[in-house]
This record gives sequence, structure tokens and C-alpha cells, in this order.
Amino acid sequence: MTTHPSQQGTIGRAFHAAFPYTIPILTSFIFLGLTYGIYMRAAGFSFWYPMLMSLTIFAGSVEFVAANLLLGAFHPLQALALTFMINARHLFYGISMLDKYKHTGWKKFYLIFGMCDENFSINYTAAIPASVDQGWFMFFVTLLNHCYWVLGATLGGIFGAMIPFNTEGLDFVLPAMFIVIFLEQWLKDTNHTSGILGLALSLLCLLYFGADGFILPSMIAIFVALTLLHKPLEKGSDPQ
Amino acid sequence: MTMTLTQQILTIAAVVLGTMTTRFLPFLLFPAGKTTPAFVQYLGKALPAAVFGLLVIYSLKDVQLLTGSHGIPEAISIALVIILHYWKRQMLLSIAGGTICYMLLVQLVF
Repeated sequence: MTTHPSQQGTIGRAFHAAFPYTIPILTSFIFLGLTYGIYMRAAGFSFWYPMLMSLTIFAGSVEFVAANLLLGAFHPLQALALTFMINARHLFYGISMLDKYKHTGWKKFYLIFGMCDENFSINYTAAIPASVDQGWFMFFVTLLNHCYWVLGATLGGIFGAMIPFNTEGLDFVLPAMFIVIFLEQWLKDTNHTSGILGLALSLLCLLYFGADGFILPSMIAIFVALTLLHKPLEKGSDPQ
Repeated sequence: MTMTLTQQILTIAAVVLGTMTTRFLPFLLFPAGKTTPAFVQYLGKALPAAVFGLLVIYSLKDVQLLTGSHGIPEAISIALVIILHYWKRQMLLSIAGGTICYMLLVQLVF
């Protein structure tokens, strides 16, 4: 390895800045990953499956769905379409990240590959200090969270249900984190129309369509509402 | 298991491809070298707040309001997260406080 000393400093600083942001995910992904590994094990798969699937798919909910796909009949095109629909919200993340991921060089491919809900939320909202390289910061957020997820899934697949303490309720880490991220964005914005729309339209869609089918209708409702409000919102918008 | 190993690999590959399409498509449609259309730029700024709202609802979608504990432990813990965050504005404190509160409530009270 012939890394230049100053570059090493850049990488080290980015790692130190990124790690604290990933601590809630460390808890949540190890726990969720364990659950996923245990689930796969109970469905009759060896630990290789949760390990390799968490490594290559890296999208929580879809991996549980993939377990069911593997147990059913062989329909790869149906698997492709279903995955696309479940993960369609990533399209919104990509549109929001076009600028932030722009000058990240070779890291861009991995950043986009690993753009799950949590990595998008952290990388979009984190207040990265000016002395820290943005690209390396986002790279380490993504990499660390990816590692936690694979580690959890693998351990779950190996050790099954032998967890030594009562973890009931630990899954609240995830809603707690999304609430904090929502609040951070709220405190940053001067116009709260978009945030209120997101909460209200999603809640309405959840009540109307139910927990299994409300994401896509919510996305369409949000997209239509923001499109209709393009003119008034753009006029009163604050520079990011 | 009825699938062969090849069929399993193809199924997992289809899931990977489906996920990656949703992540890469915007970057392929609006490459860094070209100017992104104004409307897409507007969406890029307006969407995140709404999407975070969607994620909050998404992460709470399985809370049952009509049965069980009627969402009371969730409501209390959400309130605590919001209070802690407005008070100290420390991400880890707000998340840990809310989660520990929720674990105590569902394990000991409800």
C-alpha cells in the first residue's frame, strides 16, 4: 500500500467523523440482521444464504421477500418486477442525491449501490464538517452500515435463536432514527410544506391501502402534490 | 426446497438487479456531465422532507391502534424522542432515550 500520508489523514478524519453517525445503525442492523439470519435459518437455508444475500442485495425488507421467493416456484421476472416496486422509493433518493454524490470519483458506484433508507437519510442530512472529505465520509457511513448488516445476518444464520437477553422493543431504534432525521430536516427548512405533505399523505395512504401496499400510492401522491406545488414552493424556497 | 442452485442464484440475481435499477436509474437518466432539468433539481430539493415523513410512517406501519396496547407505548416513546431532540439536539441521545423507554414500556408495563 502506497497511500500518501496526507491522504491517510483525510481518510482517517472521514472515518472518525462518520462512525458516530452509524452507531444507531450498528444497534438496529445487528438486531435486524440477526432477525433476518434467524428467519432464513428457520426457513431451512444455511448461513451462506443470509450472508451472501445481505452482502449483494443490501435492502432490508426485500431480503425477507426474497426468502419467500426462493421457497416458491421459479419466476425470475416476477422477482425482478416485485423488487422494483418494493424499492421504488430509492428513485426519490437518487434524484435527491444527484448533487451530493457528484464529485465522489470511484466511490460513487459503491455509494449508489449501498443507498438504502438509512444511508440515504444519514448522508443527506449529516452536517459534515468542512475539514472532512464529503466523499470519504459518505463512503464510510455506507461501508460501516453494510458491514453491520452482513455481520448481523451472518451471525443470525449461524447461531439461530440463541440471543442471551430480552430484545423485545429494540426494533424501535429504526422509527426513533427516522423521527430524529425528520426533525433535523424540519429544523433546517423554513418552509415545512413538503414535510407535512409527506407525513399526511403517507398516513392517509396507510389507512386506506393498509401496511402491505401503501408505499407506491404514497409516492405517487407525494409526487403529484409536489408537482402541483412546483411554482409556489419554488418561489418561497430557501437555498439549501 | 424445490429450486435448483442455479435457479436460486438467478432469483437472487433478479432481486439484486431490481434493487440496483431503483438506485442507479436516476444517475443514469441525469448524468453528472449534463445539466439536470430544473424540475428534477426542484424535486431533488423538495422530495427529501416528504420522503423522511414517508419513512417515519413506514417504520411505524405495523403499530396496531385498535388492538393490543393501542399504540400507547409508541406514542409515549415518540413524544420522548421529540422532546429529547428539541432539548439537547443530540441524535444518539434522542434515539437511545426513545428506544430504551419503548423497551421498558413493552417489557414491563404493557
